[in-house]
Amino acid sequence: MSAHSHLDGKLPHEPERATLEGRNKVLGFWLFLGGETVLFGTLFSAFLALRDQVGDGNPTSQELFKLATVAIATVILLTSSLTSVFAIQAMHRGQVKAMQNWLIVTVVLGLAFLGLEVYEFIEYTHEGHQFSTSAFSSSFYTLVGFHGAHVALGVVWISLLIGQVYRKGLTVVTAPKVYVAGMYWHFIDVVWVFIFTVVYLMGKVG
Amino acid sequence: MAHAHPVKRHTGLMDWLTTVDHKKIGILYLIAGGFFFLIGGLEALLIRVQLWKPLNNFVGADTYNELLTMHGTTMIFLAAMPVIFALMNAIVPLQIGARDVAFPFVNSLGFWTFFFGGLLLNISWLAGTVPDAGWTSYVPLASPTYNVDKGVDFYVLGLQIAGIGTLIGGINFLVTIINMRAPGMSFMRMPMFTWTAFITSALILFAFPALTVGLVALMFDRLFEANFFEVAGGGNTVLWEHIFWIFGHPEVYILILPAFGVISEVISTFSRKRLFGYSSMVFATVLIGFLGFMVWAHHMFTVGLGPVANALFSIATMLIAVPTGIKIFNWIFTMWGGSIRFTSANLFAVGFVPTFVMGGVTGVMLAAAPADFQYHDSYFVVAHFHYVIVGGLVLGLFAGLHYWWPKMFGRALNEFIGKLTFWTFFIGFHLTFFVQHFLGLMGMPRRIWTYLDGLGFNTMNLISTIGAFLMGLGTIFFIINIIVTAAKPKNAGNDPWEDGRTLEWSIPSPAPEYNFAQTPLVRGYDALWKEKMDGNEGMSPAEPIGPIHMPSPSILPFLMSVGLFIAGFGFLYAKNDWNNAFVSNIFGNHIVAGLGLAITLGCMVVRSLKDDHGFHIEPEEITGKGVKA
Ligand code: HEM
Ligand SMILES: [Cu+2]
Repeated sequence: MSAHSHLDGKLPHEPERATLEGRNKVLGFWLFLGGETVLFGTLFSAFLALRDQVGDGNPTSQELFKLATVAIATVILLTSSLTSVFAIQAMHRGQVKAMQNWLIVTVVLGLAFLGLEVYEFIEYTHEGHQFSTSAFSSSFYTLVGFHGAHVALGVVWISLLIGQVYRKGLTVVTAPKVYVAGMYWHFIDVVWVFIFTVVYLMGKVG
Repeated sequence: MAHAHPVKRHTGLMDWLTTVDHKKIGILYLIAGGFFFLIGGLEALLIRVQLWKPLNNFVGADTYNELLTMHGTTMIFLAAMPVIFALMNAIVPLQIGARDVAFPFVNSLGFWTFFFGGLLLNISWLAGTVPDAGWTSYVPLASPTYNVDKGVDFYVLGLQIAGIGTLIGGINFLVTIINMRAPGMSFMRMPMFTWTAFITSALILFAFPALTVGLVALMFDRLFEANFFEVAGGGNTVLWEHIFWIFGHPEVYILILPAFGVISEVISTFSRKRLFGYSSMVFATVLIGFLGFMVWAHHMFTVGLGPVANALFSIATMLIAVPTGIKIFNWIFTMWGGSIRFTSANLFAVGFVPTFVMGGVTGVMLAAAPADFQYHDSYFVVAHFHYVIVGGLVLGLFAGLHYWWPKMFGRALNEFIGKLTFWTFFIGFHLTFFVQHFLGLMGMPRRIWTYLDGLGFNTMNLISTIGAFLMGLGTIFFIINIIVTAAKPKNAGNDPWEDGRTLEWSIPSPAPEYNFAQTPLVRGYDALWKEKMDGNEGMSPAEPIGPIHMPSPSILPFLMSVGLFIAGFGFLYAKNDWNNAFVSNIFGNHIVAGLGLAITLGCMVVRSLKDDHGFHIEPEEITGKGVKA
């Protein structure tokens, strides 16, 4: 099989940094997240510039937002960040099974979050808050939707990784992939914390 | 652990479509960038023909707007950027003593997405609906209300796809430079060109995502009835200007910094002197990169942001002239007292210095906000940015191409034709753009398709057109030079200029697939020059000869980019009036777009699931002998 499989069993403590490829991947991903920060920063700026442009007769953010649902979504996503940490810790201890399980929990929580978000969006459209309703609605759906798309991509990505580790085991090739997916998941989480504050909390107080 | 994995090594066209070798990708960038340069140049000549006399009727107003828009967009995104990437790919890994870039696969993906994005943009000519809202695509001119055909959609989607390529290319170079340097190659020993490639990549990383968002917003406005910039729906047109220039100003430094790097290398080599003030050069480069993010509103002085904002952006802009000035003086002091050889590469480099200074001076003039109310949107601005972009970047690229051609292709360009290229291009350039300063000061607005007689504009416009044709002639000389050179034997030595200072000149021309048979040990700045001065034959190796691991070629980057291309097409024609029910169905329901995205995502999954073990080049093949070293 692979030239690297002889490392199996005695995997180094930080298998994601054991090879130059692994180190490159981790560094490259940090940089990518830097770019993603600018991306979301720009989306936030656009939202902040446009959030008061609700238009006549359209629901305002105070009328729309139901903090209870959003709070539950927040708790779910934050918890999923924690479970992804458990997964990486398990990886560092070399406990592949535990890592797999924590990743599965993470994916399930991610799906739950997405379900809530879809439900929320459908509610909003029924209340007359559609994508093309106003500048507020367009920038809202773009910002929150971009985040949602990131979550969806993360769910698919981590699921594929679970399958991959199941087939190939934890190696110095698969470990960086899992690690990097963990970084991605944290990033999505941090972005959500800002969305929760800037979009929902600030939207509620006006 | 040198057991070889069987790997397909392609030849011919398949080799070029699947290559992950940074040197070949560099050549691909050069060919594609050169191709778009010719298209953009043709557009420029048509523009100049239209303007050569008052009330000319060579092309109509609509066509003029299309030519102008496509000229600017093509030159910046599809010509200048890729040729910069060509040089970075061809040279940076060699200069840091690396066998490869950090992400060979991603590198190839970057090229193909750029290429297909550019193709999509230019297909608008064939589709008969061409972007016509300027390279800056300001709203409301570019909004669906005032721009009803598909031109701007081509702009939005083409640039989006090309932009992805640029962004991942930037990340690749950052990681390559941080992680892949040879032993001893500390940051403060890196050649200037590598330094500028590093900072430019950082600027790409932090600037392009802003453009991505801007393009997404404009696309949503145009295709999905969003209201980002639709004033009737509460949108804000100034928001587009902010987003565009937060990207746009760093972009101009993304363009010029690599040229600074080239000029530093060329001037130092052909003055046979160490670059004067190396550390201040590094510092100035970093500072320019940093300040480049704080000045975007100097493009918006006349929007009405208020005196405080204008004053702050004015001062920040003028500050950039300080590190830029440091560089100019360093180049002059490098030449000072050196034994200068005026090769064609060095002619371009020396010609760059005063030309770029002129562009910098008009830049500082423009940075004075009250004065800019006079200059803004006049030919004065056109003169300014052509002095910095053509007189700066393009001369820098020519210098770099003449300098590194033997390293890229194993044959040196013909010096006589090279000098002919320089003089025609250089004189043509100044003829074209010098007079435009005065046209601007006399009040000729930019972006107009014709002008009246009797305004005093006639002579200078005629001169400008003549100059443009001279630049065209210079370009033809360059192409002739390429053809003539290609017909000659491949006989360039390791160090064809004999005064090479940096690592790329320590290995054969063109570099072998694995670059360095043995990773070199770097003992100082100007690594090769140091060994020469110490009387050594080339670099001392940092490792014994052994099998070299190489990444395997892959067709996936090509397919992924084709997928994006199809998706772009699908979105573009989703709302088209097809007279065929089936076609209208698959486009209207986003089936075509979805299919394209599915191809791309599917390839990503394949890439993730299939391990790439690469292959090994054995020592026998490296030393060319059957014996083990
Ligand atoms: C000393 C450095 C520079 C200063 C102070 C400066 C300043 C300015 C200012 C104030 C403007 C806005 C003029 C207006 O629209 O009224 C401008 C436009 C422009 N500059 Fe510069 N600039 C500098 C260097 C550069 C460089 C190095 C490049 C590119 C390589 C560049 C490319 C451009 C372009 C493309 C525009 C016009 C954009 C457009 O409206 O289409 N500039 N510059
Ligand atoms: Cu600028």
